[in-house]
Amino acid sequence: MQEEINIFTSRLVPKHELLPEDEKIQLLENFGIKSKQLPKIMEEDPAAKALGAKRGDVIRITRNSPTAGEYYYYRIVA
Amino acid sequence: MTLKGISFGILSPKMIKEMSAMKIEQAELYDPDGFPIEGGISDLRLGVVSPGVRCKTCGNSVGSCLGHFGHLELTKPVINPLYGKKIYIILRSICWKCSRILARDEDLQQTRSPLVDLSKKKINKCPHCGTKQKELSFSKPTTFREGANTELSPEQVRQRLENITDEDVTTLKIKGGRPEWLIITLLPVPPVTVRPSITLETGERSEDDLTHKLVDIIRINERLKKNLELGAPDFIIADIWELLQYHVSTYMDNEISTLPPARHRSGRSLRTLVQRLGKKDGRFRGNLSGKRVNFSARTVISPDPRISLNEVGIPQEIAQELTVPVRVNKNNKAHLKKIVEAGSTKYPGANYVIRPDGVRKKITEENKKEIESEIDEGYLIERHLVDGDIVLFNRQPSLHRMSMMAHRAKIMPYRTMRLNITVTTPYNADFDGDEMNLHVPQSEESQVEAEMLMLVENHIRSPRYGYPIICGKQDHITGSYLLTRSGTRLDRKTAAMLLMDIGMEDKIEEVGDTISGKELFSFILPKGLNISYRSSFASCKCDPEECTHDGWVVIKNGRLMKGVIDENSLGEMNGKLINVIEHMGTETARDFIDKMARLSLAYLYKHGFSLSVSDQDLSTRAQNKIREIIEECEKKADAMIKKLQEGRIKPLPGLTPREVLEGDLQRLTNETSKMAAEIVKADLPLNNAVVMARTGARGSYVNLTQMCGFVGQESLEGERINRGFTNRTLSHFEEGEIALKARGFVDHSYKEGLDPFDFFFDAMNSRENLMDKSLHTRHSGYMERRLVNALQDLHVEYDLTVRDSHNFIVQFVAGEDGIDPSKSDGGGIPLVLLDSE
Repeated sequence: MQEEINIFTSRLVPKHELLPEDEKIQLLENFGIKSKQLPKIMEEDPAAKALGAKRGDVIRITRNSPTAGEYYYYRIVA
Repeated sequence: MTLKGISFGILSPKMIKEMSAMKIEQAELYDPDGFPIEGGISDLRLGVVSPGVRCKTCGNSVGSCLGHFGHLELTKPVINPLYGKKIYIILRSICWKCSRILARDEDLQQTRSPLVDLSKKKINKCPHCGTKQKELSFSKPTTFREGANTELSPEQVRQRLENITDEDVTTLKIKGGRPEWLIITLLPVPPVTVRPSITLETGERSEDDLTHKLVDIIRINERLKKNLELGAPDFIIADIWELLQYHVSTYMDNEISTLPPARHRSGRSLRTLVQRLGKKDGRFRGNLSGKRVNFSARTVISPDPRISLNEVGIPQEIAQELTVPVRVNKNNKAHLKKIVEAGSTKYPGANYVIRPDGVRKKITEENKKEIESEIDEGYLIERHLVDGDIVLFNRQPSLHRMSMMAHRAKIMPYRTMRLNITVTTPYNADFDGDEMNLHVPQSEESQVEAEMLMLVENHIRSPRYGYPIICGKQDHITGSYLLTRSGTRLDRKTAAMLLMDIGMEDKIEEVGDTISGKELFSFILPKGLNISYRSSFASCKCDPEECTHDGWVVIKNGRLMKGVIDENSLGEMNGKLINVIEHMGTETARDFIDKMARLSLAYLYKHGFSLSVSDQDLSTRAQNKIREIIEECEKKADAMIKKLQEGRIKPLPGLTPREVLEGDLQRLTNETSKMAAEIVKADLPLNNAVVMARTGARGSYVNLTQMCGFVGQESLEGERINRGFTNRTLSHFEEGEIALKARGFVDHSYKEGLDPFDFFFDAMNSRENLMDKSLHTRHSGYMERRLVNALQDLHVEYDLTVRDSHNFIVQFVAGEDGIDPSKSDGGGIPLVLLDSE
């Protein structure tokens, strides 16, 4: 039996969060794109699994950057 | 007629016949008189390649006749070698008897690629006719065997494919034509324009590789026909048939691994259809992705410190060949008339005139008067390249965007292209015979676009690391140092000369009887510049404000108050001064670099600068000191080696005692070298070699130490030298000897000379460096190619997102921070300017 690990406690894993539906629509509108044009993440991805994300959900990843401070990256579960 | 679409597929025999201009019936090319034989493969109905002859199909002559296909009827069909695998997959998916798919329609509804799925499965019985299926095997490129090793003839294969119903073809998702078209019955014979024959100077004709191959095919085809008519035994027929298959296979692809390549009489293998496409000189990389162009030039480059970094010197001979089209209007008419009158042989002249109706006329000595009088608004004049024209300048390999930049032309005598020394860095050029390419944009739009985006001054800052890449080098740094060091005072006359040299004669009135070098240098600094930093020359540890040794550079409102200008002001990456000035504007920066380069060189010419072997002379005391530390080092090493032999060295985690010793010895020799460098530093007077080392112009104390102290430990693959004989480097040493001298420690200097051991180890080390360098460039060149290929269609949209060719988002902000490094300060936001006021 393997121990459950919370991957988000690792300093190498950036912050992942599920984007609410209304924010997702706003996001797509802002960039003028269809959802398939977003970068993808697998449903089996450990981070997506930990969030319980379903196909079609958008995950926002907050990364730290020495030049930009924080950088948001969006990936759609596919 | 409009083009509605293009579809790719296999040619059917019917289509081949329809597009064919003639049937090939002869293997012979020419009759004894040298005329093409009718029905042969050089028949005039297939197009023309020699001038003065008209095509018998379309009536056009060379150039306007694109050529016409012919066709050859194969006596017996052959397998298309490029589709062997495909045919195999299809054969496996169908019943050998009834040619129906080996699955029920319902079962195929789900799969995306029925052919792949079916060929993987083993099916025993045909679900349609119930026939037991046989084992089918395929050996590259064209052989199919069934059951107990009976070979299938192309005719049998074709029969089976023919029997597949159209419905089944659709269910199997076979696109591009009927499967039986993969068996060749009619061979399209390409036009002669595809395989032109070359007439040699001797009058001999040399045919293209494809023609040779086609002749082979026709010969064998005829032989097969004759033997069939004679009723030859089966094994003979089979032999010839197989030969025909071989020739058709190599005609299409001469690099099939299982077939011996067809060869030319000379032994060179033939370049047939597939070979024409691939590789570097193939159709794609050689003719489509990259092609030869007009309005370009290439020659050897040489330096010219007196032209701006924005300029490029172009030989007049080239300027008379490269032209720029100019439309005549009422303002330039008189001027252009003059240019046309000069003709094409005098320099600012023109080579062609294009009338408004599109007729193009070459300007000759005879007709130039006539053309000149004819010229009116609306004419297009292709005039010679003149000073100030925008041209693109490039040096391969083009690894950078700075490898191709726009320059302003400057027409010059002699036959080399000239560039400012400061732009050699972005091009990675030197003058040991390098050649560079030049291109002339032909429309006003492209000229302006090149000027705005590609002009050299817009590329002073490298997008790789965000610091200026175009900057002072070697002599600029030496010259600037000599000019700006304390104690340099120039009389009015000299100052005036230098100012004239950089085109600042208006400043001469500001010069008094004498002027200090710092004051003179201040003339070229932009107004309002405030900055202070440590110079590279500095050796003192003074406080910035109190330093009296020129160690700190202080610039106040564009005046050099203190310090010397050297590597830390002008150098690549370290050049604080150039960095700040670049942030003040590209034109300001270009002007500064130009003037700095000219001023420093002008002063250096005036001052004089040379090197001598005696610059590396150490005092006897220093020499003795160095001998002492070498002896000390050798003594210590011997002691350590003894310690190992006595087993008194303890292993460290992950290291054997021997490895511990190696590490210790490395450290020991390194420290000894460092100590020697300190001695050299303290002992050498401030001579010209030292000036170069300390200002960062060229060389370092390490180099000086190796020249006048000792060379030190040579290394190979990161370790002391341990290759050569069994357990020893050279046969002059004992086996297993690990003393310093036996493992590449060079205790002499380059100046006093190396002993044979030293020399050999030094050569080993030099060779390793040379190898690494050449292997590394090859490696990174290929990696670059792969990377560029993969990333070439990424682009930044106006909303700053990075997208690919499907408009899929790759990054939400370019570079994940929205910073353009070529406008940044070392990758960050330029705050330098805030400091300066």
